[in-house]
Amino acid sequence: MAELKEELKEKIIAVLNLEDIAVEDINDNDPLFGEGLGLDSIDALELIVLMDKEYGIKLSDPKQGKTIFESIESMSAYIAENRTK
Amino acid sequence: MKNNVFINGIGAVTAQGIWRTELFEEASELNEAVNHAQQPSYKEFIAPAMSRRMSRGIKMGIYAAQQALDEAEVTVPDAIITGTGLGCSEDSEKFLRNILDNQEEFLTPTSFIQSTHNTVAAQIALRLQCKGYNFTYVNRSISFESALLDALLQLQQGEEEHILVGGVDEVSDHTFRLLQLIEEVKASDTNETVKTSVTPGVNYGEGATFFSLGVQKTRSSYAELVDIHIQHRVDRAELPDFVAQFLERNTLAAADVDALLLGYNGDSASDSYYVAFEALFPQAASLYYKHLSGQYDACSAFGLAAAASVLQQRHIPSRLKWKDNTAPGPLKTVLLYNQLKGKDHALTLIRAC
Repeated sequence: MAELKEELKEKIIAVLNLEDIAVEDINDNDPLFGEGLGLDSIDALELIVLMDKEYGIKLSDPKQGKTIFESIESMSAYIAENRTK
Repeated sequence: MKNNVFINGIGAVTAQGIWRTELFEEASELNEAVNHAQQPSYKEFIAPAMSRRMSRGIKMGIYAAQQALDEAEVTVPDAIITGTGLGCSEDSEKFLRNILDNQEEFLTPTSFIQSTHNTVAAQIALRLQCKGYNFTYVNRSISFESALLDALLQLQQGEEEHILVGGVDEVSDHTFRLLQLIEEVKASDTNETVKTSVTPGVNYGEGATFFSLGVQKTRSSYAELVDIHIQHRVDRAELPDFVAQFLERNTLAAADVDALLLGYNGDSASDSYYVAFEALFPQAASLYYKHLSGQYDACSAFGLAAAASVLQQRHIPSRLKWKDNTAPGPLKTVLLYNQLKGKDHALTLIRAC
């Protein structure tokens, strides 16, 4: 799981082009939206595509997103349970 | 009665750095096939959360726009008008590459949103909360002049009082390689300047140059923008008539023009027109600018900045001189002429104020 979290942080930094942010700066339980990383709705779309492309997970219910994208912790747990690749 | 229109502020991000009084004294001649603009620090202008999604073209545009507005002491202009030949080509390439690499799946929104040609004008407006007229002209090498003409007409008619107008283009890798393949741009191993050019193509560049135009002359005014004329095709034989008509409508004779600012770019297909043009103004000083900016579609905006600076300073920096001739009298009137390979001809007349 620790490996997946690291990988996820790296991918998020790359995909969202988070300048000046390193893997070590993101805590597993930091909120990704609002406070914490301060991501917005366009980033949410980028994360949905990332889940599909990298882990084969299609989020059909947008309401799920709010819980899944809460933090690296919640995101990695969902990926570990539902990944198809 | 038409309003007079003044260039009250200039901002730029160029291969010679940002806009400053000493730019032309400090400038060095470009001799590379590709010349990126020297990027300033954007941190004080653009929030990191916004900046991370922006390509160079957008950042350069925002920086140059703010510089021009600051100099003119305008907080929010009435309108924002830009010209760009290729728009945000970096993001366009990214989006298209994603389509190919991912077999049309997994398309992310950011590069698509940022790839449209009007992104720069839109981002400037968003940042300034400017809800006025916002327009982007995409007409290859007369994109900037089209924007400038729109601004001039609106100001002359009294529809607006302050307009921010600018030209911006960015270098993107794939487009650059394609332009090299078709010999529009010089091969990477050539080290020729505009003057020493012998091989086909041009030295390519990028940049953003913005102007704050207003109907009132201010203490920061550079020059008066008098007239612009654009025409897609002009045969070389028609050039004298094309010029004569423009001078006539501005009640000028050729001898009234003190200096010419010409778009020489080292490619004979374009430069032969400038030679013919110069011959029509034997008394005027000949200046050029693409040896400092590189050739890109909106580079004539940098040319206008150079001409405006010459009129404000009443001095021609040696770096801008195409020929070592000087204007016969005091510098009052400068005529800019740009075209590319015999198409998209633009005449821009500015006067000291």
